[in-house]
Amino acid sequence: MENAKPVRTAEERSRAPLFHITKRLSIPKWEAWLIRFLSFLGALVLIALFAYLTFGINPLDLYKTMFKGAFLGKNYLIPTLKASAKLLCIAVALAPAFKMKFWNIGAEGQVLAGAMAAAFIMHEFPLLPNGLLLLIMCVAGIVAGGVWGFIPAAFKSRFGTNETLFTLMMNYIAAKIVDYFYNSWKGVKSALGMINGNMLQKATFEKGYLRYLWRDSASSAWYQSEDTWFIIIAASLAAAMYFYLKNTKQGYEIAVVGDSQATARYAGISVNRVVIRTMIISGALCGLCGFLTVSAQSHTVSSEIASGYGFTAIIVAWMSKFNTLVMAGVAVMLVALENGSQAVTNAFYATTGFPTSSASVISGIFLFVIIGSEFNINYKINFRRKTREEA
Amino acid sequence: MPVILTWLHQAILFGAFIMLAALGEILTEKSGNLNLGLPGTMCVGAAAGIIGLDVYSASGGKSAFMIIVISLSCAFAAAAAMGGLYSFFTVTLRINQNVVGLVMTVFGVGLAKFLSACFVNIPASGNVRFERAYTVFSAKVPFISSSLGWVSYLLFSYGFMFYLTIALAVVLTLFLNKTRHGLALRAVGENPAAADAVGINVIKFKYLSTCIGSGITGLAGLFCVMEFKSGAWSTADISSIKAFGWLAVALVIFAMWKPLNLIWGSLLFGIFYWAYQYIIQIPTDITQMLPYIVTIVVLVIVSLKRRKENQGPASLGVTYFREDR
Repeated sequence: MENAKPVRTAEERSRAPLFHITKRLSIPKWEAWLIRFLSFLGALVLIALFAYLTFGINPLDLYKTMFKGAFLGKNYLIPTLKASAKLLCIAVALAPAFKMKFWNIGAEGQVLAGAMAAAFIMHEFPLLPNGLLLLIMCVAGIVAGGVWGFIPAAFKSRFGTNETLFTLMMNYIAAKIVDYFYNSWKGVKSALGMINGNMLQKATFEKGYLRYLWRDSASSAWYQSEDTWFIIIAASLAAAMYFYLKNTKQGYEIAVVGDSQATARYAGISVNRVVIRTMIISGALCGLCGFLTVSAQSHTVSSEIASGYGFTAIIVAWMSKFNTLVMAGVAVMLVALENGSQAVTNAFYATTGFPTSSASVISGIFLFVIIGSEFNINYKINFRRKTREEA
Repeated sequence: MPVILTWLHQAILFGAFIMLAALGEILTEKSGNLNLGLPGTMCVGAAAGIIGLDVYSASGGKSAFMIIVISLSCAFAAAAAMGGLYSFFTVTLRINQNVVGLVMTVFGVGLAKFLSACFVNIPASGNVRFERAYTVFSAKVPFISSSLGWVSYLLFSYGFMFYLTIALAVVLTLFLNKTRHGLALRAVGENPAAADAVGINVIKFKYLSTCIGSGITGLAGLFCVMEFKSGAWSTADISSIKAFGWLAVALVIFAMWKPLNLIWGSLLFGIFYWAYQYIIQIPTDITQMLPYIVTIVVLVIVSLKRRKENQGPASLGVTYFREDR
């Protein structure tokens, strides 16, 4: 008995768990991207399966329509890029806050605050020279967004108030303020329509619109398009934020606070100051996006003009691991998916009855698969070995 | 009937289904899962309940008992499945809770609209009315609902779901504070590592509380359609249920995660909601902003006092991995 080797019995082996999960210390970059790419393909397959099983839509037709609806031709490509720019702008704004592990889910409200301030200036002072008007609108938008970011940050750093819940509530307050102005401005009309949109009133017509800057010149060069400017501004913000987070002292402080507040304090970083400063930046950029939306896209204000991107941007920022350059790609991908599936429902509704709401089901399936793949990047599943180990 | 009584009556009815949704969310959040997918879950629950009803009434069923059983179990099951999905992503795959919750809301609202478009025949303009189900759900207690004057009007003139909600608040309070499993659940929400160390199955508790909590939230969606919307169903209703869902998320914070606080909290939210009909000097949008403002005030006061029993579960929003330090 004494020299019997410890052989695991069948019973003992079955008691060991079938698999256990360990955290990966690191993963080669190519492997992470391979996992993401495979999950992207997997998501596309699932979407096709969903459309095929429910309404018998041919997968090839589905992909073709989706791609066409997202990218092909000027009528589809420009709206996709412009919406991506808006989404990117908000995601970039969230990046520093998230990197600091400050869960700012109030981007929607910060965008609305900025949009509201810009629209207010536009509505009340349409007789100012247009360049000056746009400048004041821009500053007002940035300040309003910054204030909306500052309030929860101040309470967080002073009293430790939960920032996730605080910023969430701030969204609805902003939305209700916008609703209030919307309803009082529209008066008895059924909808507000465009602010300064009355052609008959020459003095105020298109005041505060970005395109009004070039209204008098006859040519239509590339730089005279609001769409182009929206895209350029968002792209440069992404690049600037990448540099800010990676190569500046403040960016480094954000990273340290995000990793460990105790370390930051030990290193002499004032955590409260970094938290408040970063949230003002985050909110201000959201406010800038609100200004852009009002002056270069919607030319009006309503609680819907952020199109829910304040929430989608959270998903974008998280999926990109706070790398603002990756965000550009993710933003285009999500908007393309949204516009593509919209095109699918438009194309197949008449023939198969595929309802319009399927677009959000498709988005949901896609997002679930993509965010689920992060598990494989961060963790590893170790299966129980089948061979006798210690025999 | 004095105006104030009508106002209170409406406020109580409005508050009741928000409260039911918030009850489900409290059960979920006690396990440390901040389920921001609540609005989506509520929509899915409502849609599933309606589909169950539609199928049953299309086959000619009229029995009150069956209507209740079928609609409630469909709503509960579908919403609990949404809770299962949430738990799978946040507990098993350990994905960030905020991200999953927001995706759940997008997906849930879309799914509710999709399912209802597939199964329920809604006319192009307007809505479907479930007349028979509405009578069943809004049936009042005989005798007592009229014999006590204004007391009856305020307290006894609602359908059975209202009393179910109040009872559930009491049961949940007892469960959380007086039972062993309730203690274990609270331990999971406060400090999952410690709970794990004393042998509590953290994963099982997180899954179960989230699924059951989501199921209850789903019932709230059905409750909203059956009483508040008088049994009428249309795609636009799904969007308004979503808005009510966010109100329920706020209510949980306002009640400081205590089920019994929901009773007066929901009454207050209801009063705010209907204020525009009675105090016409203040614009609707401002009175509807009040619930969110008072919630922030409560949130700040709670953090000022730093008393642990008023705070949310300590691990709320944090994913748990045993091997993390």
